[in-house]
Amino acid sequence: MIGRELFYLLVFPGLLFTAVVGCLVGVLDRKLSARFQFRVGPPWYQNIVDIFKLFGKETILIRESPTAVYVTAPLVALGSTMLAAAVLGSALFFRVDIGGDLFFFVYLLLLFPVSLILGAFASGNVYAALGAGRESNLLLAYELPFCLSLLIPVVKTGYALRLTEIIARQATGGAVIGSVSGLLGFSVMLLCLQAKMGLVPFDLAEAETELAGGVLIEYSGPLLACWRLARQIQYVVLPLTAVALFLGGFSGPGALAYPVGVLKYLGVVFLMVVLKNTNPRVQGGRMLEFFWKPLSLLAALGVILAVAGV
Amino acid sequence: MGWYDRILKRSLWVFHVSASPCNNCDIEILDLLTPAYDVERFGIRLVGSVRHADLLLVTGVVGKKISSRIIRLYEQAPKPLLVAAVGTCPAGGATFKESYTRAGPLDEVLPVDIFIPGCPPKPEAIIAGIIKLAERLT
Repeated sequence: MIGRELFYLLVFPGLLFTAVVGCLVGVLDRKLSARFQFRVGPPWYQNIVDIFKLFGKETILIRESPTAVYVTAPLVALGSTMLAAAVLGSALFFRVDIGGDLFFFVYLLLLFPVSLILGAFASGNVYAALGAGRESNLLLAYELPFCLSLLIPVVKTGYALRLTEIIARQATGGAVIGSVSGLLGFSVMLLCLQAKMGLVPFDLAEAETELAGGVLIEYSGPLLACWRLARQIQYVVLPLTAVALFLGGFSGPGALAYPVGVLKYLGVVFLMVVLKNTNPRVQGGRMLEFFWKPLSLLAALGVILAVAGV
Repeated sequence: MGWYDRILKRSLWVFHVSASPCNNCDIEILDLLTPAYDVERFGIRLVGSVRHADLLLVTGVVGKKISSRIIRLYEQAPKPLLVAAVGTCPAGGATFKESYTRAGPLDEVLPVDIFIPGCPPKPEAIIAGIIKLAERLT
């Protein structure tokens, strides 16, 4: 039993699979962004090469910083993202729940930004501290509409909280996005995922051009590689969350289930890349206003509609 | 170092160091990052922090006041690290050759891997220089 779960965690839906697929999808994002700017873009292996290169470089520790926090933060981020990938992946591919239900999964996703904030504050750099402040703002902003939008598939599938149940009930009763409340929830969730990934309209924390890398400014070598690898795994986990909760997971007519599922996933990724390339970075205050005022209201409306059965 | 260098040369992250330049080379470096030249094809990215850098692009006459800071930047960057001197100034001093503020050619301050001459070098010349440097890593 333990062997099977370790396999889920480290090989198939977990670390190895999502790292490779995430790197490839990350390049797809860079390549599409390059096409938006009339460029050629990097070769397909670019992200894999980047991460291997970072693993071979020197790690610099800062004398005036709490080293334990500084070193464990990226490891916690990578570990929690890997766990989230295993939990979601085994529900999608094998229809088994390992670990826990939707709440467990949401908390796993929450660990990444929390460790990002801790790691940035531990690095003792002014720009990193600014970035961490913005990241905590972002976290407070998107978490409310994100959790509200998660409630919609829960209500629509007859108050199921297990990921496998949500997917199975959508296979019989139709995908959640087919209803008005599902469509509302999906659009709110897409924007929240954009913020969770730190992609462009909401990339305030990293903000290359203002904060010179922001939260990650002091990280180098293998620790930076852990951060980047966790980000690449998020390219798999977060769009797949939307696929599993709103688009019915990998379910379709017979042998077509997997190709159709992959198309759904690539569709969500494409929407995120388009959002990334057509919007400038927002200001902190406006971002907070945007998430709390219109988006939270829309998500709450979606929940009410879902309870009413629309 | 064999295989590691073959990985490194496909993903050079560049940090831009201005060592008292006249700003001409810096503008050419900014041109280099525009869509027209698209250095991302070679895996080259401009990074904002020395901690992420693999290659320092140094421009300008190396002034006496800045030379200690360049050394500090070099020490702060994670090794293995490459240094490219962009423009005639870090090599020969160009029109500032006789200046009393000059600390000498860049290779007396840092170990330089490649000099890319020109006043300023065109973006094509900078790309050619970086690619030559990358090809030397095998």
